[in-house]
Amino acid sequence: MIDFPTSDAMPSACIPEGPIEQKWTKYKRDAKLINPNNRRKYTVIIVGSGLAGGSAAATLAEQGYNVKCFCYQDSPRRAHSIAAQGGINATKNYQNDGDSVYRLFYDTVKGGDFRAREANVYRLAEVSANIIDQCVAQGVPFGREYGGLLDNRSFGGAQLKRTFYSRGQTGQQLLLGAYQAMEKEIAQGHIEMFTRHEMMDLVVVDGHAKGIVTRNLVTGEIKSHAGDTVLLCTGGYGNVFFLSTNAMGCNVTAAYKAYKRGAYFANPCFTQIHPTCIPVKGDYQSKLTLMSESLRNSGRIWVPKSREVAEKIRSRQIRPSDVPDEERDYYLERKYPSFGNLAPRDISSRAAKEACDDGRGVAVTGKGVFLDFSDEIRRMGREWIDGQYGNLFDMYEEITDDDPHETPMMIYPASHYTMGGLWVDYNLMSSIPGLHVLGEANFSDHGANRLGASALMQGLSDGYFVIPATLPTYLTSVKPGAVTTAAPEFKAAEDAVKERIQKLFEVKGTKTVDSIHRELGHVMWENCGMARTEESLEAAIKRIPEIREDFWKNVRVTGSADGINPELEKACRVADFLEFAQLLCYDALAREESCGAHFRLEYQMPDGEAKRNDEKFAYVAAWEFTGVDSLPILHKEPLTFDNVHLAIRNYK
Amino acid sequence: MAKTLNLTLKVWRQESAEAQGRMETYAAKDIPEDASFLEMLDIVNEGLVSEGKEPIAFDHDCREGICGMCSLTINGIPHGPEKKVTTCQLHMRKFKDGDTIWIEPFRAKAFPILRDLMVDRSALDKIIAAGGYISVRTGSAPNANNIPIRKSTSDAAFDAAACIGCGACVASCKNASAMLFTSAKAAHLNLLPQGKPEKNRRVLAMVRQMDALGFGNCTNQYECEAACPKGISVDNIAKLNRDYMAACAAEAVGVY
Repeated sequence: MIDFPTSDAMPSACIPEGPIEQKWTKYKRDAKLINPNNRRKYTVIIVGSGLAGGSAAATLAEQGYNVKCFCYQDSPRRAHSIAAQGGINATKNYQNDGDSVYRLFYDTVKGGDFRAREANVYRLAEVSANIIDQCVAQGVPFGREYGGLLDNRSFGGAQLKRTFYSRGQTGQQLLLGAYQAMEKEIAQGHIEMFTRHEMMDLVVVDGHAKGIVTRNLVTGEIKSHAGDTVLLCTGGYGNVFFLSTNAMGCNVTAAYKAYKRGAYFANPCFTQIHPTCIPVKGDYQSKLTLMSESLRNSGRIWVPKSREVAEKIRSRQIRPSDVPDEERDYYLERKYPSFGNLAPRDISSRAAKEACDDGRGVAVTGKGVFLDFSDEIRRMGREWIDGQYGNLFDMYEEITDDDPHETPMMIYPASHYTMGGLWVDYNLMSSIPGLHVLGEANFSDHGANRLGASALMQGLSDGYFVIPATLPTYLTSVKPGAVTTAAPEFKAAEDAVKERIQKLFEVKGTKTVDSIHRELGHVMWENCGMARTEESLEAAIKRIPEIREDFWKNVRVTGSADGINPELEKACRVADFLEFAQLLCYDALAREESCGAHFRLEYQMPDGEAKRNDEKFAYVAAWEFTGVDSLPILHKEPLTFDNVHLAIRNYK
Repeated sequence: MAKTLNLTLKVWRQESAEAQGRMETYAAKDIPEDASFLEMLDIVNEGLVSEGKEPIAFDHDCREGICGMCSLTINGIPHGPEKKVTTCQLHMRKFKDGDTIWIEPFRAKAFPILRDLMVDRSALDKIIAAGGYISVRTGSAPNANNIPIRKSTSDAAFDAAACIGCGACVASCKNASAMLFTSAKAAHLNLLPQGKPEKNRRVLAMVRQMDALGFGNCTNQYECEAACPKGISVDNIAKLNRDYMAACAAEAVGVY
């Protein structure tokens, strides 16, 4: 065990006083306001154009702020929020099945295994219903019933129907809503949009975040942009595992640069492994494709009871349909009778791993379980199934050449979402004044595990409703336009970026960026994936600096810094993953308990469930950078639970 | 061990927007048939980088067929020979050992080439910016269930809204028309009651913007529908033409 330097100094979380159901109302009542005519004097820099960044950019521009928005894709419509399939939660209670703000709040805190901040989660639940109203008004085509009203489905870990959906493309439709709202503001000149731009560094002037340095991915130009505040909406860091459900370009660079500039990074070890992804096929694999967990509403998960039968399926001697019901182990239904196939993601993922580790996996590699629709097709008919999941079935068949109507899908867990992120207070401001962090990039709402259909809710809540209300709290404390790119900090940051790029070209080694990234991913998945131990983490902590050294000695970056160079883009991102991975392992090592998605084999109940240690670890671990080769400082924000009873998470 | 393929690639290489482009020949060896088309290019690029050569630049991101970032004209067809898939979801098992595959960028006047197989499709964003939205200030929306919408109407709007903005319709069209793209967004919003108040303004602005950006006219050849990875129907084009006629009439009498 490493003895990490600790500190009790923490910035205040700025949680309003009063009972939890009045905090947000009270906050808004007392919040500072900025006169509409004065708003245009403030420049808001937004990095990322997904659900959080897109909705924030559209809303702040509409309110009159001068917005500059940056994304690495060729259009803001392509941010990875677009790939979310299943749905978005909201407490509308249109189904009259007992939903309420408190219940969504409770489910989220419990689902997060009591490692999220109560006040933030309650606000998220409160705001959720407004999101649905906003999106419907924008023309988002949610699923409807024949009466013309909105339909709902139930989703991983919920015992009621509170999830709104647009077939299997909910993220796409929500993002297009935000994107269209953004384009309207772009046309009116309220947003200046920078596509194909990557943030290379955060610029801090006199302790406040006042701008960024970007690389134009088309021309290669390194440029400074100054503003009165910076909003990072840059998503998660799941690609630290190389293979994940994230888009190829998703990266930790923006958040990590902010960390190096002094922003605390909170709970990086809380990484979610999604239970329903298409299994790995070979070492050429570039990414893993998620099959929406809404499929778990209709599919039954099983592996054969015996290893012999599993072996016969792997070697294609028998087909899955040849296995009679009594020889199948519907292990989630068996272990968790009340939640069954809808058990939360971490529990479902670990159960799949256990079955495969027991030699009963069914994919060629041994790492795969069945998700079987045959019972549901018999009961509801093929047409109904296609209405619910048509595009998902098509996608599965395209990738695997198997038709899920005829034979069960094969699935296996993969890195998907990261609950950890930059530490923020109730205003969504980080430990650097002026730096705000929204959506997946912050740590605040999901604790140690995120429930299905809650990521879209959080991104849009932060962007449409929270930041427009909280941003004036910071902005009214500063003089608009006080800092320009003439400040020496900008030039210094630009020079450092150029120097690092130059260094990458000068290595002139023999290894490709991808080969080193793949190696890092392998080390992370094996040692810091679904199950972690002190031993595995220490092995990773020893190995990561060696890979980093190998990278800086042997990487080969072709081409030049001027103009389009995808190899250079990847190299810059992987260089940051190689440092960040170590922080992730430190956090996993320091948290000597199992909670949510963080499972330490040393800390489990006799029945294999996660064993939390509330006495010692009911805190947010917020890490402060001290240098690449020195240990970070651990700051602790204690978590108190006044409105939910701290209980063992039980889904049986 | 999965089956592998040996292929010959003819690839468009172009250093920059201004440079002269040319077709180059590459051997793609031992490509697993379960690999996606882009994973095949990854393998070829790994080989090129190892030899110290410049890899082939192409756009891609989500690799699950939804972001619309990947493009490529494969053997003359945008997104390749498979129906209703993007390039990233096209798998090598659809090709035969020994095949020669021609890989070019999406070509259109309004999509200038940036490098190799990457093109600039920002003109599509400009069409959306002209009117592809419903104006609703955040926070001013009525309760979502206040407006019941007939399920078939909602489903039809969804079918049009499924467009991923990849531009295959433009690349497949001999006139490089963006009518399928524009009509899909117009239909999505015009069909819904929320979109009615701005309907006339929307179609006039979007169609005029599309023309101004250098996209060609539609001559009803329906190549766009055949190339569309999301199966967007040309019925949307007919609807846009009707809506445009009505909007012009409304504009003439000043009611729009």
